[in-house]
Amino acid sequence: MKDFFLIAIVVMIFVVIFQIAKASEYVSVLKGEEKTRKQNNRINGFLMMAFLVLGLIGAWYCNELYFGKTLFPQGSASVEGEEIDQMLYITIAITGVVFLITQVLLFWFSYKYQESDTRKAFYFPHNNKLELLWTSVPAIFLTVLVVFGLRFWFKITDDAPKDSVVVEITGHQFAWDMRYPGKDGVLGKKNYKLYNKPNGNTLAVDFEDPDSWDDLRATEMHLPVGKPVKLVIHAQDVIHDVGLPHFRLKMDAVPGIPTTIWFTPKYTTAEMRQRTGNPNFTYEISCDQMCGKGHFSMRGVIVVETEEEYKKWLADQKPEYLTLFPDKDPAKATQAVEPAPTPATDKPLAQVVSN
Amino acid sequence: MSNVLSSQETAVHGVHDAHHEHHHHETFLTKYIFSQDHKMIAKQFLITGIIWAIIGGLFSVIFRFQLGYPDASFPWMEDLLGKWAPGGKLSPEFYYALVTMHGTVLVFFVLTAGLSGTFANFLIPLQIGARDMASPLLNMLSYWFFFLASVIMVASLFVQTGPASGGWTVYPPLSAIGDASIGSKIGMDLWLVSMAMFIVSSLLGGLNYITTILNMRTKGMSMTRMPLTIWALFFTAVLGVLSFPVLLSGAILLLFDRNLGTSFFLSDLIVAGKVLPNEGGSAILFQHLFWFLGHPEVYIILLPAMGMASEILSVNSRKPIFGYMAMVASLFAICILAFLVWAHHMFVTGLNPFLGSVFVLLTLLIAVPSAIKVFNWLTTLWRGNIRFTPGMLFAIGFVSLFISGGLTGIFLGNSALDIHLHDTYFVIAHFHIVMGVASFFGMYAGVYHWYPKMFGRYLNNTLAYIHFWVTLVGAYLIFWPMHYQGLAGVPRRYYDFSNWESFKQFNGLNEFISVVALVVFAVQLLFVFNFFYSIWKGRKVTDPNPWKSNTLEWTTPIRPGHGNWEGEIPEVHRWAYDYSKDGKDFIPQTEPVGADESKH
Repeated sequence: MKDFFLIAIVVMIFVVIFQIAKASEYVSVLKGEEKTRKQNNRINGFLMMAFLVLGLIGAWYCNELYFGKTLFPQGSASVEGEEIDQMLYITIAITGVVFLITQVLLFWFSYKYQESDTRKAFYFPHNNKLELLWTSVPAIFLTVLVVFGLRFWFKITDDAPKDSVVVEITGHQFAWDMRYPGKDGVLGKKNYKLYNKPNGNTLAVDFEDPDSWDDLRATEMHLPVGKPVKLVIHAQDVIHDVGLPHFRLKMDAVPGIPTTIWFTPKYTTAEMRQRTGNPNFTYEISCDQMCGKGHFSMRGVIVVETEEEYKKWLADQKPEYLTLFPDKDPAKATQAVEPAPTPATDKPLAQVVSN
Repeated sequence: MSNVLSSQETAVHGVHDAHHEHHHHETFLTKYIFSQDHKMIAKQFLITGIIWAIIGGLFSVIFRFQLGYPDASFPWMEDLLGKWAPGGKLSPEFYYALVTMHGTVLVFFVLTAGLSGTFANFLIPLQIGARDMASPLLNMLSYWFFFLASVIMVASLFVQTGPASGGWTVYPPLSAIGDASIGSKIGMDLWLVSMAMFIVSSLLGGLNYITTILNMRTKGMSMTRMPLTIWALFFTAVLGVLSFPVLLSGAILLLFDRNLGTSFFLSDLIVAGKVLPNEGGSAILFQHLFWFLGHPEVYIILLPAMGMASEILSVNSRKPIFGYMAMVASLFAICILAFLVWAHHMFVTGLNPFLGSVFVLLTLLIAVPSAIKVFNWLTTLWRGNIRFTPGMLFAIGFVSLFISGGLTGIFLGNSALDIHLHDTYFVIAHFHIVMGVASFFGMYAGVYHWYPKMFGRYLNNTLAYIHFWVTLVGAYLIFWPMHYQGLAGVPRRYYDFSNWESFKQFNGLNEFISVVALVVFAVQLLFVFNFFYSIWKGRKVTDPNPWKSNTLEWTTPIRPGHGNWEGEIPEVHRWAYDYSKDGKDFIPQTEPVGADESKH
């Protein structure tokens, strides 16, 4: 019944608008079409000015409402991201000025030069000086933006510092898995053909490679604050994207083509909770490349902590090799062989979706 | 001697008589369905485009319900979509199908076929002074291939596993493997076949447009006397003819990967717990093929709108378009650069940073010709005598949106910033404003301006004014705040944000945007109603040149038959923009240059 009324009201509104529109056509015939046309012209001219004024107020109001909800007031959580923020402000300043000038001129001209019987239009087909002016001025400003932009771009995409913490992150529908290289600092080789769900080797690590024996596997990414981190990014099934909005970073995870990015976390999670005043603040990894029905739930978590906390966390982790092959564990050598526990690969969210 | 002359005359008139003869023998089928008259084909494209626009718009309204009210359920949605909205709640699978089809339909079927197809067909022969296209038959086929593509795409909506749902960019492996996504089953094959048909249609059309413009201009219509609409449609056709085949090759390779076991785009895959045998392909290769069309496609959508806006701004300001040659040159520059910037969609795919930097430079270069166009449009308005016809309002709105959306392109084209903004709502805001809404405004401007020529009647003005103001305000209300969501890093193509600590602060805003979207959609229906109602009941056109315009289409009869001009095709003596020259309001292109006329 409610639906019926709603539809009836919408139809009524349409009919009323249509009748008004129809009536205005008859009125214009009665009043004289030329007179009506001129009246409409004045109304639209006025609306042009009104739109400009209200639009600018609206843009300001929108900024008041939402700028605080973006990531920029809290600053970049990575050292490199500060430059991206700086780049953003430079670009906003330049484009903002251009936006204001052009929009004001557009609507102001529309209002000011609306049809009038007393004025004739000015025949002004071209002027080389003017055209040269607005070819060269934008070119100069764009050069500035390109120079700044590329300076930052090359810095960000440069090789990671030698002493970086290396973490491998692998995306699959619809979760992230992390792998740490362990004490030797080298990640064991992977071969996708070795993927084996029953025995738990879902990252397809080649355990023939001794480098893999001390590698740690985790579902949360823990990072020490203030040290450069290099992410080695893999995907197993479709293209995903490691989106790190707080660190101003993003990189696709492409099956068959590993990619890398690096950054230096500036604040620990605890510090960010204080800075943002949000006790639930979490560094989140969002998948930013459409990857299927659970794309929106492909969430990862990064915990940035102090060096000591990080070291302690690392020490608490058990190498994946020993989890999968408990009989190789020297600590357990004397105990009876237990069936390998399956590592938790799916997060609750992903389960909700895949069910 | 006189015999020879008269036989020549008969020959010339014979052609015209043939046209009249032809006219009499037309049946309903040849006049309205399998018509070879460019004007009828244009109307077929337009009306098919309008139907697609309603469907594509409706898709967005439905998925906006999900974004605006993620916790609510709507019984009518289950009635409408059945198993795709169990309990009245849109399923993620179908949400993604709607997003994908919204993009596909609007980008290709509405803003490419509906826009270029309509106005290139309608305006090229009329404005250059030709009786029809170079090949009316190919022209008819172009429409019917588009129709076939439409039928296949509609069919894909009704298959059991649903339509394609990997995004309109259909990146493999997601789009290549049925196990990765339900939309990548038969729906994806239909999508690819439909696009192949669509590309055939657009190539047949494009070749025809180029040939017609180059070869069939009337006497005196040199290239530099052509209206800017024709220049824009010319470059659009060039872009389409050179770039669509690349997408066709991508689509065919993807079909092979899907059905014949090849590995062009596939390698190292573990899908649904199974190791796939594909080896040696590159998923990134497809992105290069896609965006080699995909970026020019943006300009295929935008250039016709630019051309029509230029023409309409000039006519209704009663002033020549400012800097005609600069306008042509900037169209040319955009056309060239459009081919050299595709990888700016791929800055975060692991692209070589140096290569990325080249694409940054070339991308930001496009801002220069764009700036020239904007300032030239502004100068065209300056000291004009502006009539706010509905077409003019939409042309002004187009310029405003082009500025707003163009400027955010400077953010995204700069790779350092793109790292943060890529695939966020900022991108949605950017391309919806600059190529979605702006092109729609160009299209509306064109429809309002040339409707009297198409149907011999006017659209209702009051409805047009309501349509314009609600749409302009609504478009800004919908897309302006999305920039802020983008700055907050909110990713595109998310079905639900409730589990995210970082993205859930915009719930109120999402609801607001959904409500505005619904209102704007309703107002578009008002336009559709106005459009169809006025075909039969609109105010009749009595003046053959209602806008007092210089161009040739207004020298034809109010309702031109097949062949356009009843007598000889008029000869052209000047450019299209002599408005307010030497104290005359306008001087049509057909008027010979007077001896005492000032030179510009």
